[in-house]
Amino acid sequence: MINANEIFDTIHMIDQQHLDVRTITMGISLLDCADSDPNAACRKIYDKITRQAEHLVATGEAIEREFGIPIVNKRLSVTPMALVAGASETNSYVPFAVAMDNAAKAVGVNFIGGFSALVQKGATKADRKLIASIPESLARTDLVCASVNVGSTKAGINMNAVGVMGRTIKECAQLTADQGGFGCAKLVVFCNAVEDNPFMAGAFHGVGEPDCIINVGVSGPGVVHHALKDVKGQPFDVVAETIKKTAFRVTRMGQLVAQEASRRLGVPFGIVDLSLAPTPAIGDSVARILEEMGLETCGTHGTTAALALLNDAVKKGGVMASSHVGGLSGAFIPVSEDEGMIAAARSGVLHLDKLEAMTCVCSVGLDMIAVPGDTSAATISAIIADEAAIGMVNSKTTAVRIIPAPGKVVGDTVEFGGLLGSAPVMPIHPQSAEAFVARGGRIPAPMQSLKN
Amino acid sequence: MKAIVTVLGKDRVGIMSLVCGLLAQHNVNVLDISQTILQDYFTMVMLVDVSNCDLPFADLAALMEQEGKDRDLSIRAQREDIFNAMHRI
Repeated sequence: MINANEIFDTIHMIDQQHLDVRTITMGISLLDCADSDPNAACRKIYDKITRQAEHLVATGEAIEREFGIPIVNKRLSVTPMALVAGASETNSYVPFAVAMDNAAKAVGVNFIGGFSALVQKGATKADRKLIASIPESLARTDLVCASVNVGSTKAGINMNAVGVMGRTIKECAQLTADQGGFGCAKLVVFCNAVEDNPFMAGAFHGVGEPDCIINVGVSGPGVVHHALKDVKGQPFDVVAETIKKTAFRVTRMGQLVAQEASRRLGVPFGIVDLSLAPTPAIGDSVARILEEMGLETCGTHGTTAALALLNDAVKKGGVMASSHVGGLSGAFIPVSEDEGMIAAARSGVLHLDKLEAMTCVCSVGLDMIAVPGDTSAATISAIIADEAAIGMVNSKTTAVRIIPAPGKVVGDTVEFGGLLGSAPVMPIHPQSAEAFVARGGRIPAPMQSLKN
Repeated sequence: MKAIVTVLGKDRVGIMSLVCGLLAQHNVNVLDISQTILQDYFTMVMLVDVSNCDLPFADLAALMEQEGKDRDLSIRAQREDIFNAMHRI
């Protein structure tokens, strides 16, 4: 029998260290919902989502109660909408977002991702219509998340799309100005987007996926932080081992929940995403883990190395614990969603340039960052281009979720509430990148050999 | 199916009787018990068999939690699998 210490270990992790399963995300293919009549297509989309996900939330809650482990979010991801809506004869894809939103509300999930377009090499007519519909769609719906993939290691970076996304983000902020530019928190610009990511706002159900699938995202920054407190001052070999062991346990729990959900729903199990996803709650922060390794404040010199170790050890520990690993897998560093990051940004130690360096070694990118409301579209595009370049060259996923908060200046804070937290407005370089972004075209795909 | 019941709270008369009473009432068999007092705190772990329980397991867990809450105790019933997954390869 499991001994009492192990049992109380688990209970303390849940009670005091915020251990949870961050999300059960059901991926649903909508490829069979395409219709030349947009109304018919929207009806098919609503019907398919509500049919497939009817029992998702209830099943998640039952598992929560029986295993005594919190499952924070139940979510949906669908086929990139540009691929579905492309067949319909219409110029605006806003009704498709509304259909997604209505379906998500009907089944009781808290987000639905997949209002997406993949334009890394070029955009189809449908992709262009979808991107043009993003600002209004995100302003008019509550639960819909959008993403656009503008680059990849194989295709290079589509700089025309990068230019468009800078303007789209500005427009999103304007249309949701009364909520601090909240629309931008539901929009991610990717390089090397993955098809099985269970986390929002960037989740979508790739075309290589089956009809319906269950993906699970685990979390546990608090548990890792707590474990590291016991090895204060010891060499990094010990730190890495400790993180690996902790990640193993956390992931085993995620795997169990994923298999159970898959069995009860009669839907195949896809992947477990091995992630350290922070929340704004005290004791659930990735930044505080880095500080526990010996940094006075997250963002100072040494932060990138600390994050590299953390990210790698989480994967190594998690891989053995799960039969299939995928998604983004690694440590997330969203500024507004991490109590330690918020404090570091507020104190001025953590700035955009350091965050950019950190994204070279973490699982995603510049995430939930508020910048002054008067930041130009070209500057945002240039930030996206920098981030996409990091992803493209390093064969990893990178993303930008940035909020040019209307009317706000450096030093202000944007409050989003809930898991999205509050974002201190961070300074940007005032020098223009207008002419750089205006060039358009494509940045060619990089060499994959002679790597130095 | 086996489950783990854990009880934590300030020690006093009747905790054991309360928990065992509740379990017996719903036809849950106790297989193993480990119990100590840590600095006045009552700490107990029970392995139980819920195969013949007259309630769905989630309802039993909710009931135990509520009965505990009413008496300032933390009582949890969780499926054994979660502990096996986390602590055994």
